[in-house]
Amino acid sequence: MNRVPLEQKVLSENDRIAAELRARFKEHGVLCLNLISSPGSGKTSLLERTLETLPRHDRVAVLTGDIQTENDANRLKRFHFPVKQITTGGTCHLDARMIERHLADWRLEDLDLLLIENVGNLVCPASYDLGEAAKVVVLSVTEGEDKPLKYPSIFFKSDLLVLNKIDLLPYVPFDIEAAAENARKVHPGMEIVKVSCLTGNGLHEWMMWLAERRKAHKPLVQQTAS
Amino acid sequence: MGIANSVLEAVRTEMGRHPGTYPCKVGVRIGEMAAIDQDALRFCFEAMILETDLESLELGIEVCPRRHRCQVCGYEFIVRDYDSRCGQCASLETTCISGDELELAYLEVEEYEPSTAGAKSTQ
Repeated sequence: MNRVPLEQKVLSENDRIAAELRARFKEHGVLCLNLISSPGSGKTSLLERTLETLPRHDRVAVLTGDIQTENDANRLKRFHFPVKQITTGGTCHLDARMIERHLADWRLEDLDLLLIENVGNLVCPASYDLGEAAKVVVLSVTEGEDKPLKYPSIFFKSDLLVLNKIDLLPYVPFDIEAAAENARKVHPGMEIVKVSCLTGNGLHEWMMWLAERRKAHKPLVQQTAS
Repeated sequence: MGIANSVLEAVRTEMGRHPGTYPCKVGVRIGEMAAIDQDALRFCFEAMILETDLESLELGIEVCPRRHRCQVCGYEFIVRDYDSRCGQCASLETTCISGDELELAYLEVEEYEPSTAGAKSTQ
């Protein structure tokens, strides 16, 4: 019997492609965000509200992942930004190769912001780096406030928690402060915004976070370019 | 399933470097924050090796706890029940240093018995 040390990441091939993507995003000054949640938490609704708020000339594009159907892309296309659907055909997460393939006929120099909507799943997307600058996790108030404790990985790895559907708070037994506390137990100092994509309540805070991230990303790129 | 497949791909790649042997066991390290369910990984792994040349391959899983280092006093400790406060100076200024591993640790290979090797070469 001979034991050979391997000492490599299980997803080293995915990580290699993600690192290449990250370098390309950096080179072209593209801020890439990876939106993750369970199915039905409101990722697409958040993107709809975001795209309708952004100016028409903004250099934004969206990749949206699902196991089947073009429904989400069709919902998002009406805002006239470039949108592409990634149908995984059964896979429960997006991986870096899917992103690379679907970006192939877009010019990154024409973009400032790339929003990726992952497949609805709180587990597997946490393991697959897509080359993003940050992960954003969406949790709706119709789920449980203990989700951050049950699915710690994604809350730990995300920079921002978007608590969605706050318009339903009067009708559901969801303790929003406990949810925030649980998220910060897993990820101390985690940024949190509370929104309703239906009423628009709180969306200003999300747009501010996004604008700040874009601003913070830009000078860094200009510095490295000069 | 994707993770199990990546493990098996790595095993096949590594086996190319060890002619005359067959793989017995592959070891992976999984952090408790890696979002990998051990039972699900084992189930997928076993389903994927069934009736293949790797059918006898064993999967060894080592679970790594979440570890933090205190930024104030440098103490390193295991985080339990999401309590990331320093166990020595009670500071909350601690950073995660491990616990999200998803790594291949080792591969155990065995040389073919001479008779088996002979049988193979006559095929």
